[in-house]
Amino acid sequence: MITLENLTKSFGSRTVLNGVSLEVPDGQNTVIIGASGAGKSVTLKLIVGLIEPDAGRVLVDGADVQELDREQLAALRGRIGYVFQFAALLDSMTVAENIGLGLVRRGYAPGDIRARVEESLGVVELSGTEDKLPSELSGGMRKRVGIARAIALKPRYILYDEPTTGLDPITAAVMDQLIMRTRDLGVTGLVVTHDMRSAFTVGDRIALLHQGSIRHTGSVDEVRASEDPVVRQFIEGRPGPALVQPTLRRSVG
Amino acid sequence: MSPPTTSGLSAASQGFIAHLGRRSIEAGRALADVRTWFPLLAHQMRVLGVDSVPIALFIAVFTGIVLSLLSSYIFTGTVPLYFVGALVGKTIMMELGPVLTGMALAGRVGASIAAELGTMKVTEQVDALETLAYDRYAYLVVPRVLAAILMFPVVTAFAMGVGVASGWITSINLLDLSSPDFFKGLKLFYRFKDIWFGLVKSASFGGAVALMGCLRGLAAEGGAEGVGQSTTRAVVLGCEAILVLDAFWALVLL
Repeated sequence: MITLENLTKSFGSRTVLNGVSLEVPDGQNTVIIGASGAGKSVTLKLIVGLIEPDAGRVLVDGADVQELDREQLAALRGRIGYVFQFAALLDSMTVAENIGLGLVRRGYAPGDIRARVEESLGVVELSGTEDKLPSELSGGMRKRVGIARAIALKPRYILYDEPTTGLDPITAAVMDQLIMRTRDLGVTGLVVTHDMRSAFTVGDRIALLHQGSIRHTGSVDEVRASEDPVVRQFIEGRPGPALVQPTLRRSVG
Repeated sequence: MSPPTTSGLSAASQGFIAHLGRRSIEAGRALADVRTWFPLLAHQMRVLGVDSVPIALFIAVFTGIVLSLLSSYIFTGTVPLYFVGALVGKTIMMELGPVLTGMALAGRVGASIAAELGTMKVTEQVDALETLAYDRYAYLVVPRVLAAILMFPVVTAFAMGVGVASGWITSINLLDLSSPDFFKGLKLFYRFKDIWFGLVKSASFGGAVALMGCLRGLAAEGGAEGVGQSTTRAVVLGCEAILVLDAFWALVLL
């Protein structure tokens, strides 16, 4: 299980997270929704130790991420797949090399790497693209390769950063199907998005991140039925001041 | 000004020393991660070294031509003309070969490293490497810095040879100087130190240029503009580092 305890993170004078606490139960997809700039991606980066919190703790399987030494952190990252918002494929490498990169690091034999790459590409329905460069793929295909790279390591958790942002509705639906398929394979998912259609489709639980902390957590049905005005405004996509970040409000007001 | 602490060092100094210590530990750890950087070294040696040979030779050819004409102009009527060989050889081997090659490569290599790593940084490719359990310094910095340290002297050695040859060809074709006279001058003050002094310098230039490129690239933020700024800064810092190191080696080794 992933547990966030009272996480605080500031960049300069701007406080992004201010006491975020959340539990990500095993075997489910938990979705964090929130406005742009609410700190959703920062939360994911804190979980894999890409950035450090100013205060609070991230516990993965009971281990405090900040307390881990480099080897332990590397082992932890082997259990967590990360799907980046814009895929973040290494553009000098082919699709197969990108997917196999983490396996090379872990000392897999070339034959095993080839087999795992083919298997992962099969899951995301991109077989045959092994030798293509990322620049030869569409945005949706790149994101699917990003998922293939994450699942190639057979992780226990996958963190998805805005998986459907910028995709057409059909490709976004394909991404949602993939996220649910990985959950059905037993992988715990943590998805951050502001795409409510996607959140309701893939989520077992939904948490709203608002003004630096978790405003509301619940099942999809509970969120749909919530009478919290901030939750309602977000899921209904109504304009208004409630969801605008304080820093933005100052600059426009 | 930072208030002094009980140890006598200001908080800022202690912070700087702690930062330096952390960086040193990271550098040592990255260097020790041979399994990560060694497979990438040969590719970087080709990209940073072999592909830089044409520009280095181009500069060396014209440096040799200008040096021979310039020294002939200075020496005519005052110093025997075979000293042209001495001046061309000494100057190219000890100074202009390493420094001009270093400056050209600071532009080519420093800019390319900073732009590549900067783009990787702002598109989260560096973060992706980390999530796949790679150390960013072992994967990105060490192979580039080592490749530059190893290949700058090789490229410089070619440039030295071509520069001297170009001075020689210029001398026998455009000046009233024979080949035996040119080589008499070349050998007159030659010492083996002339060559290794130039090559040691160029190795240090390579390390500095690549390191500046890597560090500025990894510090890039904010998209294309940030990458552009980092690239410019890397080239400027690389050129400045070359001039400082040039003076340092002159003080230490001459």
